[in-house]
Amino acid sequence: MDDTVAEYIRRTVLKIPRDEIKMMLQKWGFLSEAQLQTLNFHQIKDNISQEVVQLCEENSADIKQAAVLDIIYNHMYQNKRMWSVYQMKKSGEELEYFDIIDFKKKFKRRLQSALKNVTITFKEYEDNAIWIRVAWGTPYKKPNQYKPSYVVYHSQTPYVFISASMLKSNMPLLCQALIVASNYHDIREMELRSHSLNSLKDIVFKRYSQNFQTYTTKPLQGGSVEPEYADIRIVQENRSEKERIQRLNEEIFGSGPQPKLEFAQYRLETMFKSDPKMDVLDKKEPFRCLVRFSSPHLLESLKSLAPAGIADAPLSPLLTCIPHKARNYFKIREKKDLFPESFVSP
Amino acid sequence: HLATSLPLPSERDHLRPRIDLVVFMIDIKSKYSLKNVETSLAHVDASFFLGKVCFLVTGVGRVNACSIETNAICKLGKDYCSPVLYCELELEGIRVATAQRLLRMLQICAGHIPGVSALSFVSLMRNCDDD
Repeated sequence: MDDTVAEYIRRTVLKIPRDEIKMMLQKWGFLSEAQLQTLNFHQIKDNISQEVVQLCEENSADIKQAAVLDIIYNHMYQNKRMWSVYQMKKSGEELEYFDIIDFKKKFKRRLQSALKNVTITFKEYEDNAIWIRVAWGTPYKKPNQYKPSYVVYHSQTPYVFISASMLKSNMPLLCQALIVASNYHDIREMELRSHSLNSLKDIVFKRYSQNFQTYTTKPLQGGSVEPEYADIRIVQENRSEKERIQRLNEEIFGSGPQPKLEFAQYRLETMFKSDPKMDVLDKKEPFRCLVRFSSPHLLESLKSLAPAGIADAPLSPLLTCIPHKARNYFKIREKKDLFPESFVSP
Repeated sequence: HLATSLPLPSERDHLRPRIDLVVFMIDIKSKYSLKNVETSLAHVDASFFLGKVCFLVTGVGRVNACSIETNAICKLGKDYCSPVLYCELELEGIRVATAQRLLRMLQICAGHIPGVSALSFVSLMRNCDDD
């Protein structure tokens, strides 16, 4: 077995938390159950990984099998990576039958014809997700296994989720291979990024609870109203206002959990409007400014702003449109005519 | 009675008892909170400012999260001749002590303590700077 493969397997095993190693090796299926029984999972990870490498040596593991273990690790810990969403466009409306074998063949062929040194690994999961791992090399160097790109493609949809490595120069090639393999004719990057892959899927597949304009006869129970207000001696003067805010929040955000995003970024290219007497950058050139909201769970925190009394309800549509528009990166430019407010570019 | 801002909704006027003390709560972490209090102050009748108004600044335990300058708050207290109390609601001991202080003030404002009236608070507001 190649030294580089051994080292790669060793490092991959080291990444896994000790309690999960056995389960992950079982999922991998490269080592037999008998071999797994010989491993002592109660020693320090360094020793466990050495023993695993030993067993892989016995089975003559090559980079292909090691890459599968890497995919399994990244599938389990997918939220450690930052994912971007890409949308593919078909030229016609024909619904072609998706052939996975054909897809893999075309994808490999396209990449390998452009770049000889690549490692391409596929793994399919039950939810129709195809995970692709690509390790990139150059015509003169072997692929760098430590900085691969991951692609998640749901074949029934035009969406691809990509977690790129540092080597951004390979993106055009990757995109090209994807459209060729999947019979689309164009691909574009959406302005939507997050660590939570499932939340990105929820947003583009519209799986989160959307607001439906329904009329409810029963009064809405405010889930976020603190229980201490049950004390009968406390009189809430603004009860109707609180209820209005709850109702608005339900309409805008829906009643279910929100998809998990960490950022919303607004790049302003608007003119700075100051008092003409102050003569500060007045209409001379666009005032470039970047506003970035970050939170462990951005949409939930936006949802709780109005009930907490920190912001007026309804919130600015620039914030509430995030899941509907499926984007969290915005460019705001001047709108020339009727509304002096900002214009969100498509 | 808890309200998020003034004026109070008029539809509940007939249900409200006499108001003896108005406590404006300012969250030191939120500029919005200060702005809200400043706009609400305009709706308070002048007679309340003879000891029946007090400012309660909350969240002072989290020093890193302060958004409002204490100068602004001191100025507010001075402009409206009303005491400013500081507290941290997240700590139970301070919460209880603050509640007891407010209750004591309320008793005085409601006239339950013979010999002391709300006007006493105004005279107790001398700053060591003013001399």
